[in-house]
Amino acid sequence: MGERGIMMADLRTNLAGITSPNPFWLASAPPTNSGYQVQRAFEAGWGGAVWKTLGDPILNVSSRYAAVHFNGQRVAGFNNIELITDRPLEVNLKEIYETKKKFPNHAVVASLMVEPNQEAWHEIVKKTEAAGVDGLELNFGCPHGMAERGMGSASGQVPELVEKQTYWAKEAAETPVIVKLTPNITDITATAEAAVRGGADAVSMINTINSLAGVDIDTWRPIPHVGGKGAHGGYCGPAVKPIALNMVSECARNSRINVPISGMGGVSNWQNAIEFMLMGASNVQICTAAMHHGFRIVEDLIDGLSTYLDERGILSVQDIIGKSVPTFSDWGNLDLNYKVVARINNDVCINCNKCHIACEDTSHQCIDMLKDPKGHAILQVREEDCVGCNLCSIVCPVDGAIDMVELKSDLPPMTWNERQSLITSLKDYKVTK
Amino acid sequence: MSTSEPMIQRELQKRFTEVTPPLTNQEAFQESQRCLYCYDAPCIQACPTGIDIPTFIKKIASGNMKGSAKTIMTANPVGASCARVCPTEELCEGACVLNHSTKPILIGNLQRYATDWAIKNDQVLFKEGQPNGKSVAIVGGGPAGLSAARELALLGYSVTVYEAEKQAGGLDTYGIVSFRLPKAISLWEVEQIENLGVTIKTGVKVGVDIPFHELLATNDRVILAIGMANVPDLQIAGENAEGVYDAIELVKMTKDAPFPTHLKDKKVVVIGAGNTAIDGATCSVRLGAENVKILYRRSEQEMTAYDSEYEFAKQDGVEFRWLTQPVEIVTNKSGQVTGMKCVKMKLSEPAEDGRRRTEPIPNSEFLIECDAVVKAIGQKRHLSFIEELGIAHNDGVILINPDTMETSNPKIYACGDVIFGKGQGEAMVVSAAQQGKTAAYHMHESLKETYSA
Repeated sequence: MGERGIMMADLRTNLAGITSPNPFWLASAPPTNSGYQVQRAFEAGWGGAVWKTLGDPILNVSSRYAAVHFNGQRVAGFNNIELITDRPLEVNLKEIYETKKKFPNHAVVASLMVEPNQEAWHEIVKKTEAAGVDGLELNFGCPHGMAERGMGSASGQVPELVEKQTYWAKEAAETPVIVKLTPNITDITATAEAAVRGGADAVSMINTINSLAGVDIDTWRPIPHVGGKGAHGGYCGPAVKPIALNMVSECARNSRINVPISGMGGVSNWQNAIEFMLMGASNVQICTAAMHHGFRIVEDLIDGLSTYLDERGILSVQDIIGKSVPTFSDWGNLDLNYKVVARINNDVCINCNKCHIACEDTSHQCIDMLKDPKGHAILQVREEDCVGCNLCSIVCPVDGAIDMVELKSDLPPMTWNERQSLITSLKDYKVTK
Repeated sequence: MSTSEPMIQRELQKRFTEVTPPLTNQEAFQESQRCLYCYDAPCIQACPTGIDIPTFIKKIASGNMKGSAKTIMTANPVGASCARVCPTEELCEGACVLNHSTKPILIGNLQRYATDWAIKNDQVLFKEGQPNGKSVAIVGGGPAGLSAARELALLGYSVTVYEAEKQAGGLDTYGIVSFRLPKAISLWEVEQIENLGVTIKTGVKVGVDIPFHELLATNDRVILAIGMANVPDLQIAGENAEGVYDAIELVKMTKDAPFPTHLKDKKVVVIGAGNTAIDGATCSVRLGAENVKILYRRSEQEMTAYDSEYEFAKQDGVEFRWLTQPVEIVTNKSGQVTGMKCVKMKLSEPAEDGRRRTEPIPNSEFLIECDAVVKAIGQKRHLSFIEELGIAHNDGVILINPDTMETSNPKIYACGDVIFGKGQGEAMVVSAAQQGKTAAYHMHESLKETYSA
């Protein structure tokens, strides 16, 4: 700890050679549509920005976003059908140049999307780099609109196309190339590996997930609709965080994906950012939270992260990158003899009985509704029947009313994989006998 | 029934602990999630110290407790006290946009939650600035003086605070009832400021123990934050009888154990209807008085106590006698109070300040039996001290430039209750804190060209 507890950890990050004053980048999206916006973001404190995807100018529709509100909290999830930039390439490049000139220490990365064609990639890479960007992010992820024209996630779902287009971009590129991947695929490591084979300097994930935000049950129209008709959009925001975090983690623990990862998907606060970095992300990209609250959220992102690091005496944010990756493995490597059980603290419990009914109807029938000697209602777990599923503690509405307690096992740790190989070796033993 | 002294003290201790329970972690988390995080938020505009309220609440929601406390204390060096004593319904919470849709955010309670966290976790929130070679003396260690001291210490000044009382904190330490604001909270704020290298000389009365001109001669600037003095006389017969108390003195006696027991089973009348009168009355109730009445010569509409304080007193069982003017304190042969002679009043035309005048109703004299009288009709000024300073004042209200807090002597600044009155300033702790900041910033501005660092 620094002098009398006041210290500031070093938040500078480096993603494949692209440096920024902190790990918080704005993702390529509406917030990074113009120089005005990106410069406002940098003034607010953002470390970097990935410019809204450049390509052949397109046309957009009106009515573009929809959100999923959950039990009174707005924007649990967010859905959009907006396409890439609708501004002329020269205008974007001029503003990129001006922004980089004004903020030389911030990361300005251009997101690119063109048709799968070598010349087209060479041309846009050269033009964009001439504007002074620090790196390029190839958009193989957008699931709506552009995908129907063979770009975005349409090419991002085919490993060969990812590899080939990355290769073409790398042929022309002098700055680091990040490949942004789509989650609309069974196994994201397949396309991440393809990007690495194509020469990617980094991968970023996730782009948005195919979605239909809702249907208006009065008008029977999709939400959002464009003159009565809708089309699938891309889903993001807090709701997608677990999906994104898993994909980042899967890539981080895959030895063939040996390039840095830029993590995104539902990162809304400094705690989320730490989770992504612990699971292998070298930085994080954010969009929905900024769209919900404005660029000023970065103040708490920075403040919360530096306090977190200071409290632990960690000098640089880079020291946490990937620290949880070794703890993330296959199911077959989990200890079958590890045991936790639920314990209910009846002095804290408010007797809503939600744990009982959840366990009774949908889990393992081990929470009894009893009376204590004074006749007060209490809830009690039959530990011998409890499988340690966590459900009761998940539905419990009160902090500290249910603890999941680790029980000492009489048996040594044994994973499924160890068990299976042991069985196999015993069979072999029989045969040789 | 005989009750031992330790038992009585324990019971009194209970009665004088904070009445509003703190938010639980879960309550604070849920309430913080309810905040809309408005942009250009009206709650910030409504806070005299301009605390970035949505930001500190957002930080509670994100689990950044230290950042939350720092956001509060940056804008308001007495932010832990203000969390408890601010009339939030008239300030931040009154301005909350959710008043127009659901219910306003519990900003005061969340502010208390965040600052309580900092207190409990012994956090160091600030670091003094690089010494700039300049020194400032501050007369008075109340909210205004402390606030100025904190800002000046951050800017690198060598600051000495002269405090007449045994402990610094002023009104927050001595003048607000413990069940609203425990002394420890105010003393934590004092300690935070001392940690920045500010010297606080307690028990030193400027003008008695050290001449004012010496401070002026040995410092680059002086700030006067001397507040106000005791309650003035009622100017009626019987004033010096046994059983007549000053409300401010009464509150002060209850800020620390052992608690006084002299009001137990007594009938108490409190004269006045400001916040101090409410404090005097609710203190008397808690000290075991049998009956407590507030006597006020005007009506409910004219009383200056905050609505929340009025409500609190009523909940405590305090009775109110409106349009009642005390005219004589009646005593027995041994000089002890036995009653208060009053006359009934009626309201007439509004005076210059907008409040309606009162006039006595002829032949309406009546007696209220009582054993004790608590005076709470405002506060006197340190008039003779102020007169010796040779700076402009109006009846003891020091005149200042409200933009800079500068007095008629450019080396002397003033803030807090000493500038309140005659249409100048505000009486709230939170305003005093802001005035202290303003004095510090403008003083810094005026000295900028001369300092060395």
